[in-house]
Amino acid sequence: MRRFGVLTNLSWRCLRVWQRNFDVYKATWKVNFIPPLLEPILYLFAFGIGMGGLIHDVIYAQAPVSYLKFLAPGLVAAAVMNHGFFETTYASFVRMYFQKTFDAILSTPLMLEDVIFGELLWGATKAFMASVIMFLVVAALGLISMPSGLWILPLAFLAGMAFSGLGMCFTAVVKNIEMFNFPVFLFITPMFLLSGVFFPLDTLPAWAQRSAFVFPLTYLVSASRALAFGRPHPGLAGDVLVLALIAGASCYGSILLMKKRLEK
Amino acid sequence: MQNVIEAQGIGKSYGAVKAVRKLDFQVKPGECFGLLGPNGAGKTTAVRMTHCFIRPTRGSLYVLGCDVLSEPRKIKAGIGVCPQENNLDPDLNVWDNLRVFARYFDITGREVEKRCEDLLHFIGLFPKRKASVEELSGGMKRRLMMIRSLLNKPKLLILDEPTTGLDPQARHQIWETITQVKTQGTSVLLTTHYMEEAQHLCDRLLIMDQGRVIKEGRPKDLIAQNTARHVVEISGADSSVADLLRELRLSFEKSATHYYVFTESGMDTYQALASRFGEEKCLLRMANLEDVFLKVTGRNLRE
Repeated sequence: MRRFGVLTNLSWRCLRVWQRNFDVYKATWKVNFIPPLLEPILYLFAFGIGMGGLIHDVIYAQAPVSYLKFLAPGLVAAAVMNHGFFETTYASFVRMYFQKTFDAILSTPLMLEDVIFGELLWGATKAFMASVIMFLVVAALGLISMPSGLWILPLAFLAGMAFSGLGMCFTAVVKNIEMFNFPVFLFITPMFLLSGVFFPLDTLPAWAQRSAFVFPLTYLVSASRALAFGRPHPGLAGDVLVLALIAGASCYGSILLMKKRLEK
Repeated sequence: MQNVIEAQGIGKSYGAVKAVRKLDFQVKPGECFGLLGPNGAGKTTAVRMTHCFIRPTRGSLYVLGCDVLSEPRKIKAGIGVCPQENNLDPDLNVWDNLRVFARYFDITGREVEKRCEDLLHFIGLFPKRKASVEELSGGMKRRLMMIRSLLNKPKLLILDEPTTGLDPQARHQIWETITQVKTQGTSVLLTTHYMEEAQHLCDRLLIMDQGRVIKEGRPKDLIAQNTARHVVEISGADSSVADLLRELRLSFEKSATHYYVFTESGMDTYQALASRFGEEKCLLRMANLEDVFLKVTGRNLRE
């Protein structure tokens, strides 16, 4: 019976947790602002200009496109994954385990479901904000088609929920903060390299192409690229649907796992 | 008026381990009620059940007239909690700690500014409002925790070892705060290891051990019922003391270094013993709650 209590115990008060995290973010905004700003510039420089000199055009949707244009939406997608996932793993774990912030909040009218969902919304917001900053950089360089490219931003929030949810599932089960090395090296790093951010997936052998579809990032890269090129393909709706399903399932699952961990 | 806390046969088990076996107690409006017991007695578990942090596995528990199992949100809106471990927010400064915490209770805008200002002045931390909480001393942190738990003007204040590890100044300030809050009509549930504190603050208290109630009553009554009026302490004594005490038919207890003699006529006993062992080795004092506590829970170390 209590299993379905997740929805009955969830309220608008989860926004209070979001506000708390936003207040902390504002206080240190300069530090928070710089990494997502430098990241795309660094990647575009290294891969686009450094390696891109070796690669000329890439075939995308049966047409040759410049490597920089191919890479840009992939980098925005990768930033969404990194910021969403890291916020609800390392950052949430510190708040939960070391700072006892969750315990403090639980002595107020908020319930555990509010706390976790507030953290998830915040993780998605961090992912969204990182994507906005990167988007501005790559758009300023003329690497994104407008206005269809703007759809990347709401998509970033949805995918941010998915990656935050996945991160929170790990946070609910790890014993100590070092254990996050497992999901990072076994899940995030392979996903970063093999979800079509840096090269078209169809250059891979068939089995590797198929296995790329276990990675949520594959769907986000595919959808972002279609929007960035202004060429929405028939698979776009499918990509968005898969991301929405992952977001729903992982957020719901992470709240259940957190209840199991923290409710005594 | 209904009781602020109504606990009937509450218990908490973790698998086969019973942290609290069976606990009955009531806290009346405006009263300060103490939970005493050695480490591992189940005090913190009991306290955490009343502020809906953990769910009882047995019995019924009503706080402010609401069932902890079905209306935790309503209960938590009306109580203030100061847990054993400080959990101030290290990411926020002193002022924001209060402001953000009040916001969880939907206290915002002008109201929160006034409230934070008043409370910070009250504990003398107003000049430190921009400081990071990490810069505060242990006593200041504890005082900040204390006023944080008062932000929502609670009807019941729950304090788990509020003064552990504090210097006498800070301890007295916490005591004053508790007394002041009480005169404003707030009920208090308190756990402590300091018998002096319990005797000073609690209208009624309960001594528990191994998850169950051992004694309950008003501090004065507990002392009167469970020990003699006076105690003579004899230090640096050898076993010859025991022989003499038995000879004199005095009731006593022995620790590694002291003999404790319980007597109704302190002066006479003291004079008899002091003339025998020397005044510097004997001390006469009133019996206190600590004597009761040690008597009913034993002198053995816990954990």
